[in-house]
Amino acid sequence: MSKAAPFNDGLQLVDVEISLQGAPLISVSATIGEGEVLTVMGASGSGKSTLLAYLGGFLDPAFEASGQVYLKGKDVIQLPAEARQMGILFQDPLLFPHMSVGGNLLFAVPQSIKGKAGRKALVLEALENAGLADYFNRDPATLSGGQKARIALMRVLLAKPRALLLDEPFSKLDAGRRDHIRQFVFNEARARKLPILLVTHDQADADAAGGEIFHLSGE
Amino acid sequence: MKNSTFNIVKSTGLSLLLSAGLAFATSSVFAAEPNSVDWQSTVKQAKGQSVYFHAWGGSPRINDYIGWAASQVQKRYGVTVNHVKVTDTANVVSTVVAEKAAGKDSDGKVDLIWINGENFASMKRQKLLFTPGWATNLPNWKYVDVENKPTITVDFTIPTEGLEAPWGNAKLVFFYDTARTKSVPNSMKELSAWAKKNPGRFTYPQPPNFIGSTFLKQALSELATDPAKLLKPVVEEEFAKVAQPLFDLLDELHPNMWRKARAFPKTHVAMRQLMADKELDIIFAFNPSFASSAIANNELPDSVRSFVFSKGTLGNTHFVAIPYNGASKAGALVLANFLMSPEAQAHKQNPTIWGDPTVLNVDKMNAGDRARFAKLELGVATLKPEELGPMLPEPHPSWMNRLEKEWLNRYGVNN
Amino acid sequence: MLRLAPTLAIAILIGPILFGLIATALPAFGYFPTLGGTSFSFSAFVALFERPGLLRSALLSFSSGLITTFSSLLVVVLFVAGWSGTKVFRRLQHLVSPLLSVPHAAAAFGLAFLIAPSGWIMRLLSPELTGLSRPPDVLILQDAFGLTMMGGLIVKEIPFLLLVTLSALPQSNARQYSQMATSLGYGRIAGFIHCVWPNVYRQIRLAVFAVIAYASSVVDVAIILGPDSPAPLSPRLLGWMNDPDLALRFEASAGAILQLGVTVSALVSWLALEKFFAALQRHYCQNGQRFARDKAVRQIGLISISLATTIVFAGLAILAIWSVAGFWSFPDALPDSFSLRSWARALPGLQQPLWNSVIIALMATSIAVIITLACLEQEVRSGRDGGSRAMLFVYLPLLVPQTGFVFGLQIFFLWLGLDATLFALVFVHLIFVLPYVFLSFSDPWRAFDPRFASVAHGLGSGLNRTFWHIRLPMLLRPALVAFAVGFAVSIGQYLPTVLIGAGRLPTITSEAVALSSGGDRRVIGVYAFLQMAMPFVVFLVAGLVPMLLFRNRRDLKVN
Repeated sequence: MSKAAPFNDGLQLVDVEISLQGAPLISVSATIGEGEVLTVMGASGSGKSTLLAYLGGFLDPAFEASGQVYLKGKDVIQLPAEARQMGILFQDPLLFPHMSVGGNLLFAVPQSIKGKAGRKALVLEALENAGLADYFNRDPATLSGGQKARIALMRVLLAKPRALLLDEPFSKLDAGRRDHIRQFVFNEARARKLPILLVTHDQADADAAGGEIFHLSGE
Repeated sequence: MKNSTFNIVKSTGLSLLLSAGLAFATSSVFAAEPNSVDWQSTVKQAKGQSVYFHAWGGSPRINDYIGWAASQVQKRYGVTVNHVKVTDTANVVSTVVAEKAAGKDSDGKVDLIWINGENFASMKRQKLLFTPGWATNLPNWKYVDVENKPTITVDFTIPTEGLEAPWGNAKLVFFYDTARTKSVPNSMKELSAWAKKNPGRFTYPQPPNFIGSTFLKQALSELATDPAKLLKPVVEEEFAKVAQPLFDLLDELHPNMWRKARAFPKTHVAMRQLMADKELDIIFAFNPSFASSAIANNELPDSVRSFVFSKGTLGNTHFVAIPYNGASKAGALVLANFLMSPEAQAHKQNPTIWGDPTVLNVDKMNAGDRARFAKLELGVATLKPEELGPMLPEPHPSWMNRLEKEWLNRYGVNN
Repeated sequence: MLRLAPTLAIAILIGPILFGLIATALPAFGYFPTLGGTSFSFSAFVALFERPGLLRSALLSFSSGLITTFSSLLVVVLFVAGWSGTKVFRRLQHLVSPLLSVPHAAAAFGLAFLIAPSGWIMRLLSPELTGLSRPPDVLILQDAFGLTMMGGLIVKEIPFLLLVTLSALPQSNARQYSQMATSLGYGRIAGFIHCVWPNVYRQIRLAVFAVIAYASSVVDVAIILGPDSPAPLSPRLLGWMNDPDLALRFEASAGAILQLGVTVSALVSWLALEKFFAALQRHYCQNGQRFARDKAVRQIGLISISLATTIVFAGLAILAIWSVAGFWSFPDALPDSFSLRSWARALPGLQQPLWNSVIIALMATSIAVIITLACLEQEVRSGRDGGSRAMLFVYLPLLVPQTGFVFGLQIFFLWLGLDATLFALVFVHLIFVLPYVFLSFSDPWRAFDPRFASVAHGLGSGLNRTFWHIRLPMLLRPALVAFAVGFAVSIGQYLPTVLIGAGRLPTITSEAVALSSGGDRRVIGVYAFLQMAMPFVVFLVAGLVPMLLFRNRRDLKVN
């Protein structure tokens, strides 16, 4: 079926096409290596978020989509969302409001890691890493925007994803923090050799990402 | 059309639907049928039995009394009494009818029923009752006041034949507030005249409420040119003529009644509230101690007193009966006998307990039991037994249905 | 399992109605073998129409359906149109909302205790203002036209219609449209009616229909406040249904078919009214009249809704007072003394009904909440919601008059040998609880930000874990509110309780209505007070649990 031989490390999109009621929205083929960023740019309404939804496994059934997505050589489209190991960051940090900061992070630690103490240690390490060492018991609602963004990233990373999907994750941060958070995200992702698909309409995001840029027409 | 299906219906019963679907395992080992004569063995057999007493459950005080009786019977005879609170005794009759139709001739659900009048007539007619004479053979029958209370042997014109044991007496009694009303009427005709002078201060519960229908029967019993006709089943051809005086009276009375008879209270208890609210000046009930207990409960002012008509008011006796297929007959006999005992009857007549007049003749008792009755405070508003006046007999049960129907035709839709 | 949930829900909503209608129609046309009816005929209808005053009864039911709905909707429209967005509006909205949980019967008793000639209002005014030392002999309760009954229904339907209207407002961009209309010079009310109301009405239309169906077939409120000679159709039917003369069941069933006809006629007349008012609205919309001076009309809206709210609250207060009253003579404003005697006396008899009420309500509501959650979760997983047809299914038990199919359902349960069982009663309550639980929970559920679920899936959390750890806890508050709503609905059920329970499973509501015939205000006060207290306690718990659970979670606090 697939035209190209599966590429073994990273994220590969082969003939991914998404349309809505017969009207084509997106058509893309791309390869993102480990630690590389593919930036998809387009105006709002261009369908760039539907691409993430397709990859992440939460595409609204109203859309028709086809094409393969390989993650480390395995086709993930047939897998349910939770088995794809694609971490997602949205515009909003979307910290679960009913859990503490630590609870949010514990929720992300894979179930394969057993033992209360071990799981908590991972979380504490992540908090330290984000510069929020004492925040385990905090109510996420009391955090600043930048702090929330960092926790959201830590939460994604704790789940040990094999790729990262970013849906304009910096657009709601105030200008002063945006650069800082952006660097923090990319550094952490690169350190883990994660392929990143970034969707944005902000040229500065694309510049900071530094990778290939794919422009959606968006009528 | 309705009358032709009536009998079919009565003899099937809707709950037959239920019974018919079930297979009955009638595997009970037949002991000797209990009876009232060999009392010792009946008491022995009763021990450990559970008696399901189906009795109207609409009055908390009566329920409490039944609870008291249950605890006594438990303590003395080891019989467990369960009060099944019934809203309409006719439904209990249907239950037994359905059991009979389904062939369930023993181990029935009902052990004892609180009953009289139409329901008794119906059960007797359909042979749904335990052997005649069981009641008259009970040890405590010797105290029963057969001589002075004819309604004990004739229930709504139907001879009781020992098929039911008397439990208490009811008599129609009127009440008025001495603080507002100085002179009271002494007959239905006078009542109508009184209402003309005091418009809006009298009413009666809307038939087919039992007390409302009793009011109609009282009026007809007083006014009928040939009261003997009331003691026989209604003859449709004669009905209009016999009942005419009643409806003449009502036509005269209604414009002077509460709300000009455009609305009626639903029960006699509602009339009590209306009297307390000063809306009504004369009310009535089928229980002589109704007002006294209401005063004791802050429901009526203590200036309320009772009166009756000197020519008599309706009265009847209420009974307990045992269905032919009851599961715990011995226990039921023991309970029925206890309910008829001087002790239980005196307790019942206490207005703070229930205030229901006894069916016994105090003169037949020993000194100790007589003292129980002598001690009773009847309450300020209750007439003494000798003041209650003559008792008019209840008309044949068929009159009630017919009067209710006619009433509805004439007054059921107002303008 | 989950896949079957929507089918199960539809079966629960529709199955009993279908069975019930068939089992009502057969005896109506003479077929009921157990009672000797083995051939089809119209004799039951003939007997029915020979009943004195039958046409009057039908007319009463019909007009009650239309007048009640029109009046309560009018009050709601005037209030929302004239005041939405103001401080007064928000304050009143908070006052009115809890009234939804007050059972109809309790509100009706409260009204009766207030406005009877010997009621509280007259006691407060007498003798100083009226010069009366005895109550006037005027017909207020049980008036022949059923006006008091309609009044009792109106004060209870206003909170219901207000709340459904409020929940439709956000989807209608009410504020922007209103401001736009005002900027064009329209009065508040005219602007709202032209720009917002058509859109809102479309969303609440089924709820309005439900009010028509309810008000045209109500039993408990009619027993408490309605006329007796003759009574409206449904309470008369209930009387025949419960008559020991089982032959009357044919007539009762024929009457139930007539009741269906009456309700359908009321609905059809309402459709005609809709057309008329739509044309009227179009006319004024196009001729440019601004109706800028609408202050008086706004005041009327405010006064009416305040009055309705006050009546219910004052009614509840008077119920409470009577339940602890000693002797209370007219025209004293308060009783001579207070005592707990009525409570103490009622207590032994209360326990069983109280227990029944709570058990039935808890079971029916729990099942309803589980089915609702399953349906909504299935909606998420399949990516499809049921659309407008599903909404009709959900509303169906509220649109078919209860008397029309609960009779048949009773026969059906008898046939199964399940009458007067807890199972049967829970099941019947479920039919009426499920729609309310679904309606009150589906909006918050659908408003849930789906990205939270996407994030959870991205973190490797499967569908089940996401449901239990993310969706359900985050929606705990609305879920508990839906539970409380369902509980209140179950507590308020009268007709299904007396018919299916056959008097053997009495609840506080069935006992309270039965007591209404006695007119003993103290005992009624006790029962009606309990009746409103039970749902209130559950609402309180529903509010407290998330507050305690999430006391350190600011984003889950209600603002």
